[in-house]
Order: sequence, then structure tokens, then C-alpha cells
Amino acid sequence: MMLAAPGQLVSISRISHDPNVSVMLEEAQRYPINFGQGEEVFRLNPDLVLAGAFTSPYTVGLLRRLGIEVAQLPIAHTLETIPDNIREVGRLLGREAEAEALIVQFSADLARLRANRDHAPRAALHYANNYTSGENSLAHDILTAAGFTNIAAEAGLSGGGNLAMERLIMLMPDLVISGQPYPGASRSEEVLGHPAMERLREGHAAHALADAEWVCGTPAVLRAIARLTTLHERG
Amino acid sequence: MSRALMAGLGALMVALFAASLLIGPAGLAPVQALSALIWGDALAETLVMREIRLPRAILAALVGAALGLAGAAMQGYLRNPLAEPGLIGVSGSAALGAVLALQTGLAAAHVLALPFAALAGAVLAVLIILALAGPRGGSITLILAGIAVSALAGALTSLVLNLSSNPFAASEIVFWMMGSLQDRAMTHVWLAAPFIMLGALVLLAQGRKFDALTLGEDAAASMGVHLGRLRLALVLGVASMVGAATAVAGAIGFVGLVVPHILRPLVGARPSALLPASALGGAVLVLMADIAVRVILPTRDLKLGVLTALVGAPLFLHLIYKTRAQGQL
Repeated sequence: MMLAAPGQLVSISRISHDPNVSVMLEEAQRYPINFGQGEEVFRLNPDLVLAGAFTSPYTVGLLRRLGIEVAQLPIAHTLETIPDNIREVGRLLGREAEAEALIVQFSADLARLRANRDHAPRAALHYANNYTSGENSLAHDILTAAGFTNIAAEAGLSGGGNLAMERLIMLMPDLVISGQPYPGASRSEEVLGHPAMERLREGHAAHALADAEWVCGTPAVLRAIARLTTLHERG
Repeated sequence: MSRALMAGLGALMVALFAASLLIGPAGLAPVQALSALIWGDALAETLVMREIRLPRAILAALVGAALGLAGAAMQGYLRNPLAEPGLIGVSGSAALGAVLALQTGLAAAHVLALPFAALAGAVLAVLIILALAGPRGGSITLILAGIAVSALAGALTSLVLNLSSNPFAASEIVFWMMGSLQDRAMTHVWLAAPFIMLGALVLLAQGRKFDALTLGEDAAASMGVHLGRLRLALVLGVASMVGAATAVAGAIGFVGLVVPHILRPLVGARPSALLPASALGGAVLVLMADIAVRVILPTRDLKLGVLTALVGAPLFLHLIYKTRAQGQL
């Protein structure tokens, strides 16, 4: 949506309309959504389909057999890979110049936010089911870019994984960043408001929410870094 | 005999309760852990002990006692060793009630909505089972009715969770069917404990009447046992305990089958002695299972029902075989 020319985009994924993960909700409301099913995508008769690395291989294969060009974009696990993805989408859409301009802007903003800091408070990412992100993850990069250290990395976690609440508490983070709960109830998300975590936040740690800006490798991660940096400077 | 058994079970329960407090992924030293629990001296250790491990250990004991006692009571009333809240769909229906309360937002709007909804589900299931199995509780009708009620409750629970707007809800079907005590809090203890205590008091008070019932309904009635009242006490007592236990821990099967079966010969098959012994035995079994899930797979949330079914299902098959050999099936 950041790169396409007017009229170039015919349909977008349904998750673009999900406020918990979409960073361009308002713009996304203008486009019709699809549910990623082969049949409905084929009916739209597109020249190009942009798919994720985890899109069902059967759907991708089906569309390719039907003669539609499908490009699969890798998931950005670090801040460094974001420009590569922007460049790739620019090339596929024939909007190379726009992509390069976006990359220059992104790199400059990131460099500005990455100022050197004398101390690094310790932060914990806490999502549903006690899921957290260690080294080699976008969330870890966002944390370190904003001048925090990630306690999941201290615990030896690489990529995403579960860190038992007991262990998270024993590591005594200075900041707890929790996932935003979805509507409706679930036991998985009950851990976010567990009394032990609440006491930790009352007695010791600051608290922040991780929202849509944390999820995907787009220039929107800069907004997440900027907000964390403010938190860092305050305290 | 019975007194020594009760003392033994009590001591075992206390030891397992202590073990449950001392085992966990944080790897605290026992002395440090106990001092944090009692004196609250270090923030991190105190939070781990008081807010995570203590509620888990208390709930394991409470839920186990509820399931053991409910199983013994149902078997006493129906005079059938196969009657068990999980197998005949009472736990499953309680889970359906709990899921409905959670997904409709009732549980968030009112604290007591969750246990009451689970209780209502359990009452409904007990009534259906009693109506179908009849006063004497023939094994075939009991098991067939149980299969039907379980299947229906399980299907509706899955449907409600799949319809939920929450993307995590559908993956929690296995929690509601198998049960777990991972990351429970003191709030869950306060929610479940009153209902379980109340149900236990109601059922334990019926011990003598269950004793009389072993001689047959007519004999019991001639000894002054009011069968209608006993039936009401059974329905409310079982539903209250199983409902509250399931609302916080999911449906854990086979506890009410295994525990009374092991203890029955040790108490001389007297229901009045079997009821309290089964409560203690149930607590022991669930504490053991909950320690085992943490030792076997410390980083994953292995479900309690997996372990209880591994022990309970073979025993269930054995009981069916034995019942058939006695010509009762």
C-alpha cells in the first residue's frame, strides 16, 4: 500500500483489516479484502500475487498452475532485512524509484533513533501463552535499537519461544512489554493480566503495550522504536 | 484400618503439596523458596512462590479432592463402579457452561458467572444421566448415556471456541477437554474453593445414607432414608464440586474412577468411609499428575488429563471386563 500506484492494488489480505496487527488500518479500509483462498484470488484475475513465506504451499502452487505469477516475500527477522523487502516489492510492482526513496527515508530515520545511550535497561516481551522473542527476531531488534536489552536473550532464547512466567519474573525486567489482547476471551491471554505480572509491574517494572507496529517488517517499526526511546529517556 | 489409611493419605498429600511448591522452572533452592513464601523477603522469589506456585498447589489439591469425592458419591448412589464425572459427561458439560460464560462476556461482567455457568452445565448433565440410567444405574445405559452427553458437550464446546472472535480460543479446545493448572492464580482459588467446600460438605453428610443404600432401595427407605432428598443432595453436591473444578482447571478425567477403585477394598467397601478417603486420594492423584507434567515436559503445558487417562483408561477397560464377567453388563 505504501508503494503501489493508484489502481495497482485490487485486493488485500483480510488481516489488513485486523486492528491488532495492521499498521495501515485506515488506508486498508479502502480496499476489498480476500481470505487467501485460491479460488477467490483467481477470480480477481490479478497479474501478480504477493504472498508470505508461510502462505499455504497448496494455494501458491494452485495459482501458479493457473498461470498467475506469485511472488513469496520472506519474513523480516531483523531491521536490516526490511530495506531488501521494500526493494523487492518495488521491483515487482515496477515502482523502483518510490522504493528507493522509502529505503533512504527508513535508513535515515533508523540511524537517527539509534543514538548511543549510556545505560541499557532490561526489557521483557510478554505475549499470550508466555510467548516471547529472543535474539534473531524483529522484536529483539526493535528493543535493542531503542537502547534496551532483551531478557529473553539473557535466558538464551533465539527466535521466538515460550519463557515460563516464573523464569521471566526471576529475571526481574525493568520494563514489561505485553501483547495486546484480542476481543473475546481466551486462557492463552489470561497470563498477560496474571496477578504475578501485575505485582511485578506495580513493584518494579514499567509497562508498555506491543501493538501492530511490532508485528511486521515495515517502516512502521520506526514508530514502535520512537515510542520506546521516549520511555527510555523518561526513565 | 480406616483411620490409619486416612492418616497415611493425609501425610502423602502434605508431602506432595510441599513438593508441588518446590518444583518449577525457576529452579529456586528449597530454603530460599520457603522463606520467600512465608516471609516474603525477596520480590521475585515471593511473586513466584505466592502468586504462581501456591495457587497451583492449592488448586491441584482442591480439584483432585472434588473429582475423587464426586466419583465416590456417584458410584455410591448408582451402586456402579463405572460412574465417573468425566466419563459420563458431567465434566464436559461443566466445561461447556464455563466456555459459554467466558465467550459471551458474562464471566467478565460478573465474577460468579463462571462457576455458576459451569455448575449449571454440570447439573444438567447429572440430571440427564440420572434420568436415563434410572435409580439402579444399569451399566449399559449409564455408559451409553455418558458417551452421548460427553460427545454433545465436547462438540458444542469446540463450536463455541471456533466461533470466538479470539484467535487463541480455538487452540484451547484441548485445555477444556484435558485440563491443566498452568499459570492459574489466587483469583481462581477464591472462585473455586467455596463451591468445592460446599459440595464436599453436602456429600460427606450423606455417608450413612449411602451405606444404607448398599442394602437396596427398599431397605434404605425402611431405615428412614429419603431417596428424593438424597438424590437432590447428590445432584447439587456433585455439580457444585465438578462445576467449580472444571471452570478453573478444565475437564480432568478418570480421577473419580481410579481413586475410589483403589481405595474401596481398603475401607471395607463402606461408602461413608470411602467418601472422605476418595477426597484425600483424589488430591494425592492430581498433585502427583501436576508434578509429573512439570517434570516430564517443563517447558510445555502437558495436559493433566493425558496422565490421568493413561492411568485411568486401562483400569476402566479392566472394570468393564470384570463387570461383564459378573454378568451385570
